[in-house]
Amino acid sequence: MTIQMPSRRMILLGGLGVTGALVVGSVAYVAWPRSNIAEADALAAKPNERFINNWIKIAQDDTVTVVIPHCDMGTGIYTALPQMAAEELDADWTKVKVEAAPPDSIFANGPLGEGFILSTQNMTDQDLPAFARGMVSNTFRTLASFMNLQVTGGSSAVRATGVYGMRIAGAAAREMLIKAAAARWNVDPSACVTKASRVVHTASNRSFGFGQLVADAATYSPSASPRLKPKSEYTLVGKSIPRVDIPKKVNGTTNYGLDVVQPGMLYAALRIAPVFGGKLKSVDSGPINGKRGIVKTVRLDDAVVVVADRYWRARDAVAALDPQWDAQGNGAVTSGQIAARHDAALKGDDLKKDMNKGDGADALNRGRLVEATYNVPYLSHAPMEPLNATALWHDDGTLEVWSGTQDGLGSRAFCAKVANLGMDKVTFHLLPMGGGFGRRLPGYFNFLEHAVRTAMALPGKPVKLIYTRDQDMQHDYYRPNVTSRFRAALDAHGMPVAWLNDYTTDSGANNEAHIVYGIDNQALRTAKVETHIPTGPWRSVEASWHGFFIETFVDEMAHAANIDPVEYRRRLLKDAPRHLNVLNTVAEKAGWGSPLGPNRARGVAIFECFQTIVAHVAEITLGQGGVLKVDRVVTAVDAGMAVNPDGMKAQIEGGIIYGLSAALNQEITIDKGAVVQANFPDFEVVRLADCPQIEVHLLTSDAPLGGAGEPGVPPLAPAVANAVFSATGQRIRSLPLKNHNLTIAQR
Amino acid sequence: MIQLKINGQTHDLDVEDDAPLLWVIRDEVGLTGTKFGCGIAQCGACTVHIDGNAQRSCVTPVSSVVGKEITTIEGISANGNTPVQQAWIDHQVPQCGYCQSGMIMAVTALLKENPHPTDEDLANAITNICRCGTYPRIRSAVRELAQKAAAPVTTP
Repeated sequence: MTIQMPSRRMILLGGLGVTGALVVGSVAYVAWPRSNIAEADALAAKPNERFINNWIKIAQDDTVTVVIPHCDMGTGIYTALPQMAAEELDADWTKVKVEAAPPDSIFANGPLGEGFILSTQNMTDQDLPAFARGMVSNTFRTLASFMNLQVTGGSSAVRATGVYGMRIAGAAAREMLIKAAAARWNVDPSACVTKASRVVHTASNRSFGFGQLVADAATYSPSASPRLKPKSEYTLVGKSIPRVDIPKKVNGTTNYGLDVVQPGMLYAALRIAPVFGGKLKSVDSGPINGKRGIVKTVRLDDAVVVVADRYWRARDAVAALDPQWDAQGNGAVTSGQIAARHDAALKGDDLKKDMNKGDGADALNRGRLVEATYNVPYLSHAPMEPLNATALWHDDGTLEVWSGTQDGLGSRAFCAKVANLGMDKVTFHLLPMGGGFGRRLPGYFNFLEHAVRTAMALPGKPVKLIYTRDQDMQHDYYRPNVTSRFRAALDAHGMPVAWLNDYTTDSGANNEAHIVYGIDNQALRTAKVETHIPTGPWRSVEASWHGFFIETFVDEMAHAANIDPVEYRRRLLKDAPRHLNVLNTVAEKAGWGSPLGPNRARGVAIFECFQTIVAHVAEITLGQGGVLKVDRVVTAVDAGMAVNPDGMKAQIEGGIIYGLSAALNQEITIDKGAVVQANFPDFEVVRLADCPQIEVHLLTSDAPLGGAGEPGVPPLAPAVANAVFSATGQRIRSLPLKNHNLTIAQR
Repeated sequence: MIQLKINGQTHDLDVEDDAPLLWVIRDEVGLTGTKFGCGIAQCGACTVHIDGNAQRSCVTPVSSVVGKEITTIEGISANGNTPVQQAWIDHQVPQCGYCQSGMIMAVTALLKENPHPTDEDLANAITNICRCGTYPRIRSAVRELAQKAAAPVTTP
């Protein structure tokens, strides 16, 4: 599954802002499909309006403001990205401030020199708006393919925005400041260095603060290829600088989407057609007529909404209604039927080739056959902040929306489309999110649509629409339910000579099904199974299922070969030195092979995703009556290097716990075409009592920076499942673990 | 009319007897630090203090807290620097932060009752949900608070 988004392109600009600050950064615009180029032209043609990407502003008082094109969902990027910018700029960290980029900033800073364009590969001038044609620098064509400029997802902020935006803008600004200082002193720029927000002429020991140079620096164009520091020169990147967002998160003053307050605001609660794709047939508003505070009953295509002066009045009123739904033919679907369709598809003759290596399936008869079939369930994201949005359909026909989403620009465009307005008629206020995990990415904006359509029925009134937890859980875009059938042939030494994997998909082939293990003959095929259940990216996306499948099956092969699971993986990874290093580190730190007490066992798994390699060793205790407790998780991580090591550890810890909740307890099942689970008692999450001790070991390598938010998740479930096998001899081939005669301990 | 005392201030509110305290605090009084998470007292995001005890406000009818001292996250300190809040900063606990008002209120109430909680005491007392997975840092922050409370008071 890939996340489909409009591509974005960017230009590096520099100049003097209205406040007299030096402004350097990259402007992005959304490259909508070709037919919408005219729209981009129209926007760009307005002299001072551009979509903002990442900016560095240097004020005359030396303050450096780093503008972040992503929203905060708790991953620490409001600290890590400024660290990267300040590093290249050689800014004094105590003078660095951070700001969120509005998704529609009017950048009224006067004329700016345009340096170069980052554009997508194979893009022709015709794909560009008129203002940008003829300005494409080949140097940066490939870089721009990483750019999803306002999307916060795919563990991309640091490895895309940071590496290709923040660092370059910081380095370009630094060069402009040096040029300005060198000109004043009439010396060669190469004789100058930067340190702690000052340009220093080394020979004479003269210096200027950055603020003194901004006006002169703004007269230079930013370089298309500024010098970037090698790691050996880093003084900020690689340090565990405290997160800038945390103080406001311990005193209740961070304003999330749910906390928006507008004058005269009304509240909306709704009931959504329980069966996905279902329609509202009718609803009698009689039972709530005359109840206190009720303003309006709004009938939408797929929902009924009650708007009231207070949220609880709207919530109680909508619960008192008896809406009639049309299930659109899906009202009898069950999880059992979906499982049967997976089986039929995998046994059928309509499998599509994903990849073939060596002799592929023909090599299956060259050794002892090992085979196993695995399944993972649908999963809900269940972020702590239930989905919500506030919308105001102004009397002049423009729209204003407030919400926390993983893409401000995409949200603005989505709302424009729902309201059938031009982008310029829509204002979107992007707010911090109480968790995202993929749920708030573009493509999954049902909550925005419900809010906008409700507001359109109440012109002039701001309306805050809030999903209940039940609606959040039952109207998600789920981690797909996937089945995978493996076959392998083991040679006389127990090592695989053939690896076959047929897996179901509701979209297309999955990159994460491709293995790093050195096996000469491989064949991967997909079996398409489409259902009416909406699916979407869930923390670590495809890796969340393929990690479990691959790493459990490798464990099965090791067992069949009678070889220790760590040693078996070592042999398969002999040509993958980074993976080998991660594996050896986790084995050593966890004391792999050392004796454990009675009823205790270890399991291992290793997986790479989003350019980060993570290995976990899980230690479990299996008590009387199958009571399972995960005591300890030891982890090794190679993400190249960590921009903020403590922040990366926090993300890996979070990934472990998110993955553990899913592995132990969570599944979304379908009955009568709808989701059975509704709230936390039936979609249980790990709490303090069942949170293991976690030890994260960060490794450094020469690899490009990898992601942090997602890579901790995939190897967690197989590490625990392999530990259960080690303890019991019972192989876990489906999740969650609670379905295998195990009781999940509450310590 | 119902009279509630929230963070030391008295509010006369025109709400139903069974109006949920959470939404009254948020939407009538305008204190938005207390969060909505599940609506059924499962997750603890809405935890406030009622006469010093942690209570989940989403299922608390306002009529049940008339005449009692209600304290929200906004009411525990003027500057966000109680020992618990400071430990949360020192240990870099929050990620998205949404559950942390409730966590801090729950832990503050626990420490008042039991200044030296063990890991087990903590696990038994705090059943609040955090989806970002900040539990290891909550544990280390509370360990430090328990130790500090245990240390003898030194005078300069």
